[in-house]
Amino acid sequence: MTPLTGYLMVAALLFSIGLAGALTRRNAILVLIGIELMLNAANLNLIAFWRYGPHPEALTGMMFAIFSIAVAAAEAAVGLGLVIQIHRHAHTTDLDQMNRMKG
Amino acid sequence: MSFAFYLISAISVAGGLAAVLLKNTVHCALALTVVFAGLALLFLQLDAQFAGFAQILVYIGAVAILVVFAILLTKGSETPKDGVFSKTWLAGLAVAAAVFAVFGWTVLQSGAVLPHQTATPQVTVAQIGTALMGRYVLPLEIVALLLTAALIGAVIIAMHEKPENNEEEVAK
Repeated sequence: MTPLTGYLMVAALLFSIGLAGALTRRNAILVLIGIELMLNAANLNLIAFWRYGPHPEALTGMMFAIFSIAVAAAEAAVGLGLVIQIHRHAHTTDLDQMNRMKG
Repeated sequence: MSFAFYLISAISVAGGLAAVLLKNTVHCALALTVVFAGLALLFLQLDAQFAGFAQILVYIGAVAILVVFAILLTKGSETPKDGVFSKTWLAGLAVAAAVFAVFGWTVLQSGAVLPHQTATPQVTVAQIGTALMGRYVLPLEIVALLLTAALIGAVIIAMHEKPENNEEEVAK
């Protein structure tokens, strides 16, 4: 097993764990945690391909990962703000109970 | 494949499993911090020092704290009576397992054609700064705009609006 294969397998495992969390948990914050895990696994892939790819001095994969980190931070802030507002409105963060779009 | 890689990977994956499976939401957030730290260490293993420290600063320093704040503000630390998993958990687990099967099969099948450069890339922070200010200056500006919009948007969304009937109650 080459090193890149190992990193890709770890990233695939983390992505699947995050996907399972996002699909199975009831709490909206835990769903966001699952999405964060998936984004991080994608970042690991980008960095691993940058490290073992043919032109690391071009910094493409590293820059992609850094911008991805910034976008994920923005996503987390807005997502958690939405969860707080929904909790204030519906008094729950249980996604199984949020089954109507009307306020 | 070094021993450090296996150790850090095992800690990260165990942290990920804990973040998804634990009942107490605060414990989940702490397990998530372990995953972030493990991934930062994996970045350092991959000679990406800048990305590793950015990961520590942004994820452990900001996102994890934000998640804990949100849990405490929504009283999410109380374990619900009817379980922490949704009614359709079996379907979700099946989808995740299928996705992992496809990923794992693809990665293991394509092992021979994947690139494997062994030379350590010599990247200094000065080079990263030059690239950010040169070739990647437009994405950098867009990210700056996005972060400003997200900051203002998150504040406006989460802002506690005074209910309008307050004035009516005062008028009565």
